[in-house]
Amino acid sequence: MTLTTKYQGLIDVANSSGIENLQIAEQEGVLHIRGTAPSADVKNKLWDVYNQLDPNYLSGDVVMNVDVSTAIAGSQVRVITQNSNLNIRKGPGTDQPIVGKAAKDEIITLISRANDQWWLVRTNDGEEGYCYAQYLEPIA
Amino acid sequence: MRLRNVITSIALSSCIAFSVISCKSKVSDEDLKAKVENVVSNTNGVIVDVKDGIVTLSGTVSSQAEREAIENSAKAVDGQHIKSVVNNIVVQVPQIEVNTDDVDLSAKVVDATKDFPNVQTTVKDGIITVTGTVEQSRLQVLKQSLDALSPKKVDLSAVVTK
Repeated sequence: MTLTTKYQGLIDVANSSGIENLQIAEQEGVLHIRGTAPSADVKNKLWDVYNQLDPNYLSGDVVMNVDVSTAIAGSQVRVITQNSNLNIRKGPGTDQPIVGKAAKDEIITLISRANDQWWLVRTNDGEEGYCYAQYLEPIA
Repeated sequence: MRLRNVITSIALSSCIAFSVISCKSKVSDEDLKAKVENVVSNTNGVIVDVKDGIVTLSGTVSSQAEREAIENSAKAVDGQHIKSVVNNIVVQVPQIEVNTDDVDLSAKVVDATKDFPNVQTTVKDGIITVTGTVEQSRLQVLKQSLDALSPKKVDLSAVVTK
């Protein structure tokens, strides 16, 4: 079974969800999917489908890097850690000192995206610093 | 007298016949080129050439399917006057960029797994290999974080989930 056949369900959802700059290509035995989803819901849907087709991602034959277009300066994002607080750091790196914390499910403001992995945020208490983007979900 | 008339009229009609035939082929090549260009006009990068009814297609497209579709469209333009279609179009599939800078990728993997104290990672030639233990409910976040670094591949096959 080729990769595009194995992941046809995932490719179909990607093609029909309004993803900007969608790129899908098989390279060296791995199916790469890139693009910008119109909302966090669409991104989550893609990951649900991917998990169904390859439980626990054990096959290692997909790399899906889809970000969310609603993550723009000034927008609200929710902290989606599992249980713990999310560290707010002085700079964009885990080697940077922690200057504050945001609680799970707290809604905070995205000031700007320093890069794809680190976003500058501000909490309602006025704490400002960098959080790891994987733990922030754009609202709507 | 009559014979001269006959010869004249034969000569005259031959001239007309020849002139009509040669006009037709000149218009045909240009005409065909315009018609074929019309059906491939929405595809950038495709060049059409027509000589003596033979259509030559060249240029670059991004998939084999597109290459074939253009050839079929060209053939269908004028089955009578197009003698054949020569398809010199090249397929160039756009490559998705991956990060194969292991130093850069390794540094980013450290940040991505900071919150996963029981995993170990190695990075080689753009491939991230993960071993150790991960909570089942956090596996997706780990995979999302690593995929977001655009590696060549993420190997979680040795990870133990609990």
